[in-house]
Amino acid sequence: MSRPFLLTGGRLVDPSQELDGPGDILVRDGRIEACGDGIAGPEEAEVVDVGGLVVAPGFIDVHVHLREPGGEHKETIESGARAAAAGGFTTVWTMPNTDPPIDDPAAVGYVRAAGERAEGARVFPIGAASCGLAGERMTEVGELVAAGAVAVSDDGCPIWDADLLRRLLEYTQTFGIPVLQHSEDTALSRHGVMNEGKVATALGLRGSPNVAEAAMVARDCYLAELTGGHLHVCHVSTREAVEQIRRAKDRGARVTAEVTPHHLALTEDAVRGYRTEAKMNPPLRTQEDREAVTQALVDGTIDVIASDHAPHHYEEKEREFDDAPFGVVGLETTLGVAMRELVEPGRLTLSGLVDRLSCAAARTMGLESGTLRPGSPADIVVFDPEECWIVEPSSFLSRGRNTPFAGVEMIGRVRHTWVGGRLRYRLPREGQARSGALAAAGSEPMKGKVFSR
Amino acid sequence: MSASRGDPVSAGRGGSASAARANGGSGGLGLGKDLTGLESLTGAQIEAILDTAEPFKEISERRIKKVPVLRGKTIVNLFFEPSTRTRISFEFAEKRLSADTVYIGASDSSVEKGESLVDTARNLEAMRIDMVVIRHGSSGAAAFLADRIPSNVVNAGDGQHEHPTQGLLDLLTIRDRFGSLAGRRVCIIGDILHSRVARSNIWGLLACGAEVAVCGPKTLIPLGIEELGVTVLSRLEEAIEWADVLYVLRLQLERMSAGFVPSLREYNRVFGVSRARLERAPREMVVLHPGPMNRGVEIDSDVADGPWSLILPQVTNGVAVRMAVLYLLAGGAPELAEAAKEGA
Repeated sequence: MSRPFLLTGGRLVDPSQELDGPGDILVRDGRIEACGDGIAGPEEAEVVDVGGLVVAPGFIDVHVHLREPGGEHKETIESGARAAAAGGFTTVWTMPNTDPPIDDPAAVGYVRAAGERAEGARVFPIGAASCGLAGERMTEVGELVAAGAVAVSDDGCPIWDADLLRRLLEYTQTFGIPVLQHSEDTALSRHGVMNEGKVATALGLRGSPNVAEAAMVARDCYLAELTGGHLHVCHVSTREAVEQIRRAKDRGARVTAEVTPHHLALTEDAVRGYRTEAKMNPPLRTQEDREAVTQALVDGTIDVIASDHAPHHYEEKEREFDDAPFGVVGLETTLGVAMRELVEPGRLTLSGLVDRLSCAAARTMGLESGTLRPGSPADIVVFDPEECWIVEPSSFLSRGRNTPFAGVEMIGRVRHTWVGGRLRYRLPREGQARSGALAAAGSEPMKGKVFSR
Repeated sequence: MSASRGDPVSAGRGGSASAARANGGSGGLGLGKDLTGLESLTGAQIEAILDTAEPFKEISERRIKKVPVLRGKTIVNLFFEPSTRTRISFEFAEKRLSADTVYIGASDSSVEKGESLVDTARNLEAMRIDMVVIRHGSSGAAAFLADRIPSNVVNAGDGQHEHPTQGLLDLLTIRDRFGSLAGRRVCIIGDILHSRVARSNIWGLLACGAEVAVCGPKTLIPLGIEELGVTVLSRLEEAIEWADVLYVLRLQLERMSAGFVPSLREYNRVFGVSRARLERAPREMVVLHPGPMNRGVEIDSDVADGPWSLILPQVTNGVAVRMAVLYLLAGGAPELAEAAKEGA
């Protein structure tokens, strides 16, 4: 096993232990051995000075698209896992809407194995909820779980058959996994390419109304209540859906929900100019919706931030708006956007943010990570909460460059990411090419800021 | 822009799209390189375009309908959607200004073979063209093209977004009739949701100080339309009570199969503009239609052919307005249009 190492001088932020203060972390054999103030490491331990930086449980993203198999020109499991590590994520859950879809145990095993080879964040496959994502016949959920699936979903294709969703919410209880639902009534959304309303009307683009999401969320919440199954509502974008989720939680239903960084940061106005890098599903909504999902994340109605990282090749986005695919990348900008939108304006404390990016996902999905408690896997992120930097898509480790945040100033920058005690990302020094290549643990942390405020 | 010797078409073209835009290609009007919509134009700019169209009207009345204003310019008419009226109107405008023109339709272009819009545009540009007139089924396609090539781009209709030259010819027709646009009440009747003509008219009319209302089945009135500054009227009778001008839109027959209206017969009964309805109007009223008409659906024949109709003057004005737009984007000065048409 590799040498133990000690992170010293950092600010430990771990809401799972109600921890926010100076302290050290000792890592040995891939696990956290000690966490607290004034830890004396063993003689042989490597000392990593993380003075002035935040040390937190590695981030967990329960909703990413790594495109493999079938979409390797957009992203591979390797590039995606490394992009995740660069964004401070130590665990990502990959959606099964690949080509072919991840609807049998062999496919689940493939994603899992490719994830292990990738040497980035941990990659956990989400299995398809229905065979071929066709929304008709349930997959072999038990076999998928046995092969390593952590959840099921037909993401991208809403499960429209209410009875199928009911049976999924019942059947998955045996295996203790959630059903992740992209809640959209496609009859109401009518092939909309953006939010319905003033901007769509001015641009002459087909709009999808809030009710297309909210009506489906309402139905799904009632099914969760009926069955007792764990429903996870993906990428909540409307104030009406927030109300439905809040009500369902009040009534004791096992419902969790996520919001994306782009729905926290942007409104439908970002589409003006037919900007395909602001085209995603669900679409960017109005300021009222943006405020409602932010408030819901703050008050816990929405449990976690998930990126819905959806890489595309540049020429696929370089098209007429109607024809461009939905989706934006997010793994490498999530922390920066969240710091900007939530911590900087005082909506969430740093501790609150770490909860939404890490602990809450571990808590609601039953994961071992998402904590710095001794005995836990050494999934650790170190970031500078004050460093400002400008998003430059060409420096992404992801193959996708399709971000609405190009050229935007971010706050908070990931410096190191350890996954199971292995250094999987280190911010390169100025002038050094960025890559996923691993440097030896314990090398000097970066001094100075790339962009000072 | 130094436009001299009756040859105002001498504006140099910038080496890139942005440079050309910064130069402005429009003789001091500040229109920029392209005309992709009326939303961004001011009332003064629109009135100036209409003023520029005035002297060009006369060219089409001559025995020899040709002036050398755009001699040596190459214009590509890139029509990804079929069009008869708009296409022919542009072609006449271009030919009467002596431009060299090429027509590319969706079926005979490489689009059939799956070439992307950006590749088509770059290939045309590589052949050193000066202007592109584009008709496309996707909203934003004209702006997409304009951002990527240095040639002047004229939007001849993009999806459900805008059809600015149609809007301009409609404004010119209304202005011809009433003397000015300010204070005129125009009600647009029908399928507002899918209509690029409606949007261009709304922006243009509002910028020029007219009042605008829309009227039609609520299934065809887009959400948020009031926020553009228009009033929504739910019954045709209210519209006739209120307006000076009824702008009747074509009801695409496929709207019925898509379930927006239950039947054409019912549409005609509720929203069809008929003689009987117009005879109850409290004031003199005119009717416009962008064509092609569905007689007996949105408009009855005795209205289309009757004293209310300005439908044929619209078509005549279309050529003059398009000549004005091409002239201005090519760098012509509005005040020299009169001299320009006398030719060299």
